Amino acid sequence: MENQYFVDSEHLSPEALKRKHELETNPASRKNHMEYLPGMEIIESEICETVMSQMKAYDYSQYTARDVRAALDHETCSVEDFKALLSPAAEPFLEEMAQKARLETSKHFGNTVYLFTPLYIANYCENYCVYCGFNCYNHINRMKLSMEQIEKEMKVIADSGMEEILILTGESRTMSNVEYIGEACKLARKYFRMVGLEIYPVNTEEYRYLHECGADYVTVFQETYDTEKYETLHLMGHKRVWPYRFDAQERALRGGMRGVAFSALLGLSNFRKDALASALHVYYLQRKYPHAEMSLSCPRLRPIINNDKISPLDVGEKQLCQILCAYRIFMPFVGITVSSRESASFRDGIVKIAATKVSAGVSTGIGDHESKYTGKEADGTEGDEQFEINDDRSFQKMYEDMAEEGLQPVLNDYLYV
Amino acid sequence: MQKEDKLIIGGHEFNSRFILGSGKYSLKLIEAAVKDAGAEIITLAVRRANTKEQENILDYIPKNVTLLPNTSGARNAEEAVRIARLARELGCGDFVKVEIMRDSKYLLPDNYETIKATEILAKEGFVVMPYMYPDLNVARDLVNAGAATIMPLASPIGSNKGLATREFIQILVDEIDLPVIVDAGIGRPSQACEAMEMGAAAIMANTALATAGDLPLMAAAFRQAIEAGRKAYLSGLGRVLTRGASASDPLTGFLHD
Repeated sequence: MENQYFVDSEHLSPEALKRKHELETNPASRKNHMEYLPGMEIIESEICETVMSQMKAYDYSQYTARDVRAALDHETCSVEDFKALLSPAAEPFLEEMAQKARLETSKHFGNTVYLFTPLYIANYCENYCVYCGFNCYNHINRMKLSMEQIEKEMKVIADSGMEEILILTGESRTMSNVEYIGEACKLARKYFRMVGLEIYPVNTEEYRYLHECGADYVTVFQETYDTEKYETLHLMGHKRVWPYRFDAQERALRGGMRGVAFSALLGLSNFRKDALASALHVYYLQRKYPHAEMSLSCPRLRPIINNDKISPLDVGEKQLCQILCAYRIFMPFVGITVSSRESASFRDGIVKIAATKVSAGVSTGIGDHESKYTGKEADGTEGDEQFEINDDRSFQKMYEDMAEEGLQPVLNDYLYV
Repeated sequence: MQKEDKLIIGGHEFNSRFILGSGKYSLKLIEAAVKDAGAEIITLAVRRANTKEQENILDYIPKNVTLLPNTSGARNAEEAVRIARLARELGCGDFVKVEIMRDSKYLLPDNYETIKATEILAKEGFVVMPYMYPDLNVARDLVNAGAATIMPLASPIGSNKGLATREFIQILVDEIDLPVIVDAGIGRPSQACEAMEMGAAAIMANTALATAGDLPLMAAAFRQAIEAGRKAYLSGLGRVLTRGASASDPLTGFLHD
C-alpha cells in the first residue's frame, strides 16, 4: 500500500496546477536530485558513501533468531549486531530488547528525561514535498512572525518554565533568510538556556553565523535515505537536492555547532533501511567528530491539512519501539527524541525504555502560543500547522506526568560556552 | 587513642569519604546521599544549575553540604575555566571539579587540557579537583599545576564496571601525596571498599546509587563499604599470599653476620 499524497487545491491558478501535475507525472520535468544548485557548498566527506553502501547492501531477511540472540548477548553492539536487531527476526525479542535498552539508558542517562518545545516562526516554503503540510502547493494560512511577535511568543513559552527551545521555519530562503533566523536566535538566547534550529540546510559559514547568534544544536531530517524514493517525494525546490541535505550535519559541526540531530521520516520508504542509515549516519559522524553531541529521532508520517489520509503505513508502534530499542543498544550515548507525533501513552512508555527527550506544549502552527498557552482568543492572524500532533500535553502536564512515571524531568543540561 | 581520620582537601576538613557525583540526580538521591551515605560534598553540574524556580538543583542541596561544581560540557581548558568562573559567580564557592571531555561516546577525560585548566584555576584561588585518566606523569603534572586532589577514573563513567584501572590507581596512591579520589565506574559497594583498601582517600559515585532499587539502602551500603575499606587500609592490611604457602624455613637463614 502507498499513501496518496497528491491533492489539488481549488485556489491554485491554472498555470500552477499545470506545473504541479507536470511535476507529479513527468519525472523528466524534475531537476536532477543528486545535483547541487548554485550556492550550495560541497564538502569533501566520505561519510555518505560509507553509510549508503551499507544501507544498499543491507538484506534484513538474512538475519535469524540466532543472530539476534548473539547480538543481545554481546557486551557491546557491533554494526552487524545492530543490523540483526533491526531485522524482522528480532521482532519476537522485543521485550528482551526493551529490557536491555532500558539498562543502557539508565546507565547513561539515569532516570532523567529532557523537555523542550518547538517554536515555528514562519511556514513559507519554496519546495513541493508531497507529504508535508507546508508544501508550496498546499493551500494553508501562511505567516512569518515579526521580531516583536517572536519575542512575544518566546515570553509566553519561557513563562511556562521551559528552558530549551527549537526554532523552526518552513524551507524558504527568500521569506525566512539566514539573517532573520539569526535575529530570532539572538532573541531566544535572552529567554532560553538552549537554542536549537530546525531549518533548511545551509553552508558552513552560515551555520557559523547562526552559532554566533546563539544557536548550538542543528536538526536536519533526511526524510528518507533512499535516494530514488526521495526523488519521487521532493519534486521541486532546493530541498530536492539530496546530497546537500545529507552533509548538513557535518557542515553544522564544522561551523562550530555543539551538536546535531538526525532522522528519517518513517513511512516514506523502507523503514528498516532508513533506520539503519540514520543510525550509521550518526555512528560514522561521531567517529569523525568525537566531541560532538548527537541525537536521533524517529518521527512517523502524520496527516496534514488537506490530506488526512497520510499514515505511516507498515510502521506500527511495535516496529517503532523495535527501532528505538535497537538505536539505544547500538549507541547508548546518543540522545533519543520522541516527538508529539506519537501518542501520550506511547511516549510515556518509551521514555522508560529508550527515549531521553520529549517535546511538550507543542504547536506546529505559527504565532499561536499565546492563545494555546493562555487561552486568550486568537486574533485570526495565525499560520497553519505543519502536521497534526498527537500528544498535546502542556509543559506543566508533561512535567507532572513524567515525574509521576518516576522520572526526573530536566529542563536544561546545557551551557553555551 | 586513635587520631581523628579526616579527609583534607585544599585545607578543608571532611569526615565523610563519600562524594556524590552529578550525572543523574533527584531530590531523593540527594537526600539519601546526605542522610544515609553521609555525603558532605555533592557535585553540581553547572550546566544544570539554573536560576528559575522549577527543579533548581541548588535548592535541593542542604546548606551544610559543600558544593563541588563541575565543568562538564567543557571540551577544552578555556571552556572549563569559563564554566568554573561562572560557578563562582553563581555563588557555588571555590571548589571546582575539572571535567574536560572531547568524546561524547565514552566521556573520557582529556588529560592534557585538564592540566592546563588546573593550572589557570589554581592560580585564581580555586580548590581544583581534576577528573583524569590514571596516568602517573599526568598526575605529577597536576600536582605541580596546583591541584588539591586528583580524581582518576575506575572505569568508563556510568558503566558500573568497577576498578578496571586498578593497577594504575594503585600507582597513583603510592606515588602521589595528594588525596586520590576514585571517580567514575564504581558500581557496587564492594568495589568502593576495594578502592579504599588500596588507599584511595574517597569515592565519588552517582549511577550506582541513582539506579538502585532502594536508594537509602544502597546509600547506607556505600557508607559502610567505604568505612570498612578505610579502616582496613588504616589497619595495615594483613599478609596476603599471592600464591601457595610460604616456606617455613627462611631462605636467608644461612646468613650469620
